[in-house]
Amino acid sequence: MNNIEAQNFDIGYIDTLASRSSVLHRLDPRAKLITTLFFIVMVISFDKYEIIRLVPFFIYPIVLISLGNLSYKFVFKRVLMVSPFAILVGIFNPIFDKRVLIQLGTINISCGWISFFSIVLRFILTVSAAIILVSLAGFNAVCSALEKLGVPEPFVVQLLFFYRYLFILGDEFGRVVRASFFRAVNKRTVSFSIFISIVSNLLLRTFDRAERIYCAMCSRGFDGHIRLIRSMKLTYAEVIFMFGWIFLFILFRSTNFPLKLGVFITGHLR
Amino acid sequence: MHMADALISPAVGGTMWAVTAGLISYSAKRVKEEKDEAKIPLMGVLGAFIFAAQMINFSIPATGSSGHLAGGTILAILLGPYAAFLVMASVLIVQALFFADGGLLALGCNIFNMGFFPCFLAYPLIYQKIVNNRPTAKKILIASLISSIVSLQLGAFSVVIETVISGISELPFKVFVLLMQPIHLAIGIVEGLVTAAIVLFVARLRPELVGIKDNLISVTQVNIKKVLISLILATIMTAGLISWFASTKPDGLEWAIFKTSGKEELKPKDDAHDFFAKIQEKIAFFPDYAFKTNKSEHSEQEVEVRTTSWPSIDAGTSVSGLVGGAMTFFLVFLIALGLKFRQNKIKS
Repeated sequence: MNNIEAQNFDIGYIDTLASRSSVLHRLDPRAKLITTLFFIVMVISFDKYEIIRLVPFFIYPIVLISLGNLSYKFVFKRVLMVSPFAILVGIFNPIFDKRVLIQLGTINISCGWISFFSIVLRFILTVSAAIILVSLAGFNAVCSALEKLGVPEPFVVQLLFFYRYLFILGDEFGRVVRASFFRAVNKRTVSFSIFISIVSNLLLRTFDRAERIYCAMCSRGFDGHIRLIRSMKLTYAEVIFMFGWIFLFILFRSTNFPLKLGVFITGHLR
Repeated sequence: MHMADALISPAVGGTMWAVTAGLISYSAKRVKEEKDEAKIPLMGVLGAFIFAAQMINFSIPATGSSGHLAGGTILAILLGPYAAFLVMASVLIVQALFFADGGLLALGCNIFNMGFFPCFLAYPLIYQKIVNNRPTAKKILIASLISSIVSLQLGAFSVVIETVISGISELPFKVFVLLMQPIHLAIGIVEGLVTAAIVLFVARLRPELVGIKDNLISVTQVNIKKVLISLILATIMTAGLISWFASTKPDGLEWAIFKTSGKEELKPKDDAHDFFAKIQEKIAFFPDYAFKTNKSEHSEQEVEVRTTSWPSIDAGTSVSGLVGGAMTFFLVFLIALGLKFRQNKIKS
């Protein structure tokens, strides 16, 4: 499998996850979208040296993965795979910030390592929240939620088109690239001139395809609007889901729950 | 150059979200005003095109590395700035949702960095000005090169600014700029050449797609490979010169490092003793801790605990914090186990 085919497979897999059925899948996508955004804002609003107060937030991805019938392995793999940028930039923290913050016995822990670890935690939390959102709602539902929340229609309509044709073009491109690899033995990438002619030809084909699609749609009565059948309504379940989580996030943000627990336990030890 | 949620502050993320939301709704309005119904399916399909084309790697001659298309400039040439901005935003949304490239809150930053500069600055102010209404192969090549380089440089620079303002990363401004700009100069050159090559290819067959009227065209073949190699050589030479200058005058970087790591002096010992006394008071609450016996031996080191950067810190709290953090993690883990058990029970 080359890059394109692997990528399509991954997106397709997320779509499969989204078509499963669970309490969480049945919730209105708007509730999930808003809760996810609120979660991310709460997580990244902490001070840069904060670690322990981030820990309670793990309850959100964990509960959602469990109740939503998703697999931990899948989400974890995705988190590991993506965004080397955050880690790459974060790894400079221990180099530039060498002030000692905590000392355990003879081990010095510098501010830089603490803030790096904090970046890693934030990264895991925010990335898994995004992946869980789309695995529980599906892309089309997220799009219709966006439209209901006031995102302009042309944007949402072309976003839906984009998603639909991602697979078709991805398959086509994958085949072309595979064919070129079959004819160029022992090469891991295509050469520059071949790349240009592949991409330009595919671009021309894409234009033709777009024209055909448009004609086909016009003959079926397309008037610039896409009508989605999916009905969305906010019931008690959505309200409980959304406000329950938001309340919990605010609680975790405003009180230092792990510290209280720690004091409670160490107090008992005494 | 995707920004990540983990590196930005809510203020930066929120501001950029607001800016991007404004740009999206303005662009959507402009696209709607064009009253071209065929454009919306075209935008969607071209978005899919860019998305798939980004996955094809090609080898860069004479360097041994490989590159791929980013797509901002070519989209602006094919669709015009407004539609191109919307398509770029969609590509980034899908990347953020499915591949967690960037992140949901950083999406505003990413759309701005990779969409705004090529579509609203480089295309109208550079590409169109150079190519105007008498396009030649040379003009297209120069225009694509300059607009790609400028938009990637500006994009990289705003990544640096957004990261530094957020203050999560410790990378000093100067070092970060020195890391980002040269890398994105190279990426910009490659992007410009790819863009020019695609535009020239398409111009021979369907000139109207890239905004060229039939009769004006005089597209001759430009040897992209030659241009690329000479550009790479020029870059290497410039980089070599700059680094030579930098190494004879290294104080810029050193100053930056000193400024971040050593801006505060170490606390004097007397204060330290006071501090240690405080710690001991606290520690006395936890007589069971093995630490306590070691305390007197390590007293001098213990006190280096800094209070300036994190005022609430003291060893007592951090011990409780560590215990509490571990316990919370354990609790969360228990909840997960319980839920899993319940799920399995339901299934069976």
